[in-house]
Amino acid sequence: MSTADVAIDRTAQGERARRLTEMVFRMRELGIVMALLLLIAVTAILEPRFIEFDSLKDLARNASIIAIIAAGQTMVILTRNIDLSVGSVLGLTAFFCGDLLSNHNTPIVVAIVLCVLMGAACGVVNGVLTTFGRVPALVVTLGTMYVFRGIAFVYTDGRQINAETLPDSFLNIGTGTVAGIPTIFLIAFVVVLIVGLYLANYRSGRELYAIGSNDAAAKLAGIRVDRRVVAAFVACGALAGLGGALYAARFGTVDATAGTGYELTVISAAVVGGVAITGGVGSVYGAAIGAVLLGCITSSLIVLRIDSFWQQAAVGALLIAAIAFDRLVGLRLDAALRQRSARRA
Amino acid sequence: MNSFHRSRALWAALLAVVLAMVVAACGDTKDDTETNASGGGAAATTSGGEAANPDGEYRSGLTAIVMPKQLGNPYEELEDSGTVEAFEELGGKATIEGPTDAGASSQVPLLQSAIQKQPDAIILAANDPNAVAPVLKQAMARDIRVVTQDSDAASDARQVFINQATTEGIGEVLARMAKQVVPGGRGEIAVLSATANATNQNAWIRVLRERLQTPEYADLRLVKVAYGDDDDQKSFQETQGLLSAYPNLRAIVAPTTVGIAAAARYLSSSPKKGRVAVTGLGTPNQMRKFVKDGTSPVFALWNPKDVGYLGGYAAAALASGIITGAEGETFRAGRLGERTIEANGEIVLGPPTEFTRENIDDFDF
Repeated sequence: MSTADVAIDRTAQGERARRLTEMVFRMRELGIVMALLLLIAVTAILEPRFIEFDSLKDLARNASIIAIIAAGQTMVILTRNIDLSVGSVLGLTAFFCGDLLSNHNTPIVVAIVLCVLMGAACGVVNGVLTTFGRVPALVVTLGTMYVFRGIAFVYTDGRQINAETLPDSFLNIGTGTVAGIPTIFLIAFVVVLIVGLYLANYRSGRELYAIGSNDAAAKLAGIRVDRRVVAAFVACGALAGLGGALYAARFGTVDATAGTGYELTVISAAVVGGVAITGGVGSVYGAAIGAVLLGCITSSLIVLRIDSFWQQAAVGALLIAAIAFDRLVGLRLDAALRQRSARRA
Repeated sequence: MNSFHRSRALWAALLAVVLAMVVAACGDTKDDTETNASGGGAAATTSGGEAANPDGEYRSGLTAIVMPKQLGNPYEELEDSGTVEAFEELGGKATIEGPTDAGASSQVPLLQSAIQKQPDAIILAANDPNAVAPVLKQAMARDIRVVTQDSDAASDARQVFINQATTEGIGEVLARMAKQVVPGGRGEIAVLSATANATNQNAWIRVLRERLQTPEYADLRLVKVAYGDDDDQKSFQETQGLLSAYPNLRAIVAPTTVGIAAAARYLSSSPKKGRVAVTGLGTPNQMRKFVKDGTSPVFALWNPKDVGYLGGYAAAALASGIITGAEGETFRAGRLGERTIEANGEIVLGPPTEFTRENIDDFDF
């Protein structure tokens, strides 16, 4: 065999390996898209009104806020960390946004930007404590989850923001449409697309995957791990801040308890969407579809008039199925790669 | 290697969190049983003895601790501000202390520390009738007057309960408003409630159902009771679900402030606005916009501030010896006038106020 042949063989092998991993990644998202389509199809057969245009618009709106925060959460989970404080950040910023617009006549755009900045500031706290404090993110963000919620309680002081005092043009972001498509969904779509493109094509984005796969190796490869992890937390906080502003626009009623429990919904959306909780694997597109799937489950059970008690059981079963599927794929992939390297040797 | 350590650290952290939760939970139960054991005989020592002096004056300089179900809840804050106002009028001082979650036992440790401060009275909205009973009995044994408002504790664990409205009264108002908002009083209605096990809501819905059986409401049909869990997103989705699952629906009755606001907000921007009306229990500030735009022609609520105000006066009257909590005793409750204690130590605030486009601007809460 000439050296050229070997080279060709190598390339072919590399090509095959790339195709295999690509297929696996596609499969993760494909699986969840299939599950989503199946759910919609079954529900639509039993109750055709489920896929009327108005109903679909509602489904899109319901998933939008969760999808945006899940995009941020995905960046953090990719680095093998977790952010439990997003629900509290959402509550804090939602009230902040409502307060700015109702009581201080702040322009809408300025208010939203300030919410994003406030969320980012929360993210800085999480990121710095996690990386420079060398404390596991689970513990840090569990702590800040309570701290941020506590700040929200002090700040709101028992007040409530009501739709009446919010400008209509702001509320329209939550309920209105642009060219027939819900505004809030368009915002979520753009956010997810930007984060997705960043993670796939930018060096610093790819580095998040490297850190989550093996942070020691990433460090040896010259990646500034701490800086990247802090950046991921900041992005996650900023998106939770954006989510808070949109929450105020969508629901119009905000008090200190807004967004309680959102952190778990967001993490569920990411995990169901194929983002591995152990880091290094997954995409924001998957997480966003996960958010849509979770929203659809709730809505379809309601439309089918099934007792809402089943909803949580359904979401739980789905989570376990997603993790089992993930594990299965992981084992298959490992075996295939091992076989190939054995053959090569 | 490093990743192995990282994941071990993660597991250790997780374990620590779980352990902390277990320890906290155990601590709670231990507290409960302890107070149970020591509080058993307390009630007997407080209820007898002193006689009421209806002509007595309110003592000044009274101190009280006001405990809401949960801090940060606008409704509860308003209620407590009424209690504080009552004490200020009488030259006393009431301070607000409360838990950050509405769990059954969350008030117990706070009540224990409140007893240490030896106030003249404790006024609370109980999260659970039985969880707080032992510690309240302990308070009464130490000569602290105990008033519950809005949500009662076991009746032997307090002297007076301020009932915002009777269950019958609210169920009746819900039925009447439902008939009022449905054109011709004929059609399908649905209920959007809080959680499936919420005591208040379930009692009101039961009365509503009973009323719907009577000939007066024969043309109204209750097709579904949905539960929004007092969560905005869930209430939104339940509203969407009701509208698409029941195309002939004419009204949604939401006997919860979160549910009614969510239903009204959703409907106000939905094509079904005008065809389906929203009514139920809500606060004027959260519903003003929807009353004015026609989404919700009428809704009702008692004034939470008055509930707290009455509770404050009842507590002060107890501490001043004007009443003891027995049926038939009367006392003057400031701007609310003379009030009488009914059976079982209850004082009813009165029928709820109904809010419409005409009167809503007279209210600010």
